Amino acid sequence: MQYLLMIYQNEVEYAKMDAATAQKMMEEYGAFTQGIIQSGNFKAGDRLRPTTTATTVRVRDGKTLTTDGPFAETREQLGGYYLVEAKDLDAALAIAAKIPSARIGSIEVRPIWVYN
Amino acid sequence: MTERRIPMTPIDIDKIFRDEAGRTLATLIRLVGDFDLAEDALQDAFAVALERWRKDEPPSNPRAWLVNVGRNKAIDRVRRQIAFRDRQQDVAHQIELNAWACDQSNDAAAVDDDMLRLIFTCCHPSFAPEVQVALTLRTVCGLSIAQVARAFLVGEEAMAQRLLRAKQKIRLAGIAYEVPEHEALAARLDGVLAVIYLVFTEGYVATSGEALMRPDLAREAIRLGGLLDALMPGRSEIKGLRALMLLHDARRAGRATADGDIVLLEEQDRSLWDRRQIDEGLRLLDDVLRLPGRPQAYTVQAAIAALHARAPNYRETDWPQIAGLYEVLLRISPSPVVELNHAAAVSMVDGPARALDLIDALHARGTLKGYELLPAVRADLLRRLGRRDAAREAYFAAIAATQLEPLRRLYARRVAELDGGVAGNGQA
Repeated sequence: MQYLLMIYQNEVEYAKMDAATAQKMMEEYGAFTQGIIQSGNFKAGDRLRPTTTATTVRVRDGKTLTTDGPFAETREQLGGYYLVEAKDLDAALAIAAKIPSARIGSIEVRPIWVYN
Repeated sequence: MTERRIPMTPIDIDKIFRDEAGRTLATLIRLVGDFDLAEDALQDAFAVALERWRKDEPPSNPRAWLVNVGRNKAIDRVRRQIAFRDRQQDVAHQIELNAWACDQSNDAAAVDDDMLRLIFTCCHPSFAPEVQVALTLRTVCGLSIAQVARAFLVGEEAMAQRLLRAKQKIRLAGIAYEVPEHEALAARLDGVLAVIYLVFTEGYVATSGEALMRPDLAREAIRLGGLLDALMPGRSEIKGLRALMLLHDARRAGRATADGDIVLLEEQDRSLWDRRQIDEGLRLLDDVLRLPGRPQAYTVQAAIAALHARAPNYRETDWPQIAGLYEVLLRISPSPVVELNHAAAVSMVDGPARALDLIDALHARGTLKGYELLPAVRADLLRRLGRRDAAREAYFAAIAATQLEPLRRLYARRVAELDGGVAGNGQA
């Protein structure tokens, strides 16, 4: 099965991280990503720019409305994702728990909707 | 038809359904690979059994018969439901293959494994605790949706929806139908025990409503504990929980009057306690204490219950040892509720004044805000200290905090005693 692991964390707090800690975090992410590529679980993954760069689009009555920022103001923001292949939910949860940001933010694990 | 085996009455059949539903469903889920399909197939098999076993000779192994008929009904359902011919053949063929593999290993161990798979799946941590409880009562215990709804004091329709969503999540989110392995097992077993204990505590002291106890739920929890102990023998945490539940539940007959009023431990008629069940609990506790490893939280709680069960009366209870065991609990599994119980035990050793200090410290931290028993314990201590006005106020806070009618009546009775100047203590 495929799962999307969505990484939520407080991006304001994250930005305040000192250089050494940020560097260590990047290295941990590098090692984690390499690990799931080698284990064959990795399908895709990206880090996102902060929500200050976000634009939300809605179409109502045929009119396109754009607003500055994310759809909802929340304490934690979507900061990145991994798309993984895992044999079941437990395997996906185990991968999610190894994402470095799981220690400071939270990871939402969602199965991919498969059409057949 | 042989002379010995006569057709069954509907009551006999109903009892078999009740006893075999969980295990039969557990095996059918593995065979057909889907909770809903397995449940429907089991209902189909029950319908056939109800008709046939009343007329003809019943099968010598009802469970194997139900699995067999259920599996065939599942194949029929797949053939009816799936429109695309090749996929229909695929799924039906897969069920037949699984069934063949099952026939090759149709021994007791395989059935036990299925039951464990079902229990661990229902208690998967990706479900909210109340969903775990509902799924377990419905599928493992075989309660009807109406019975599960009553256990949660919600409507049948709402409960049916909740169960439906949970079963969809099992399928769509890919929750494995497996017993977790090695390192994951201990944590997952804790989760299963927590579910069993939740069922028990709701049966032991209901959170709301007219009745103090709901013995049907307590009995289900004890049955589940026994089942799990048989499936995973030699695990001290399971035996500890079983001992705890047996010892608590043994006091049931003494805990309420015929009118449904609460009788506190200090006023209970101990001859009403179920001595046979107490002996069973004490034996189990001895077994646990002989197993290697440090005693776990359930075992320590069982040891406390055992001291109460052994005591001739309230005053001559071994309070110092009980207070000491609560201190052990505070170390291995600290919680504000344990602190509250510890303070109550301390009041019997060092007097109510010292206990009140502990309670007030707990109150000041605010962790038990809204917990109904805190004002009740405070009120009791204040009453024993002769501080009538403060006690009255605390009893009113306790009345406001509880949703359980018998507790409200108890606190109101205490207030009336205070107003009447009766010292309501010392009957033990």
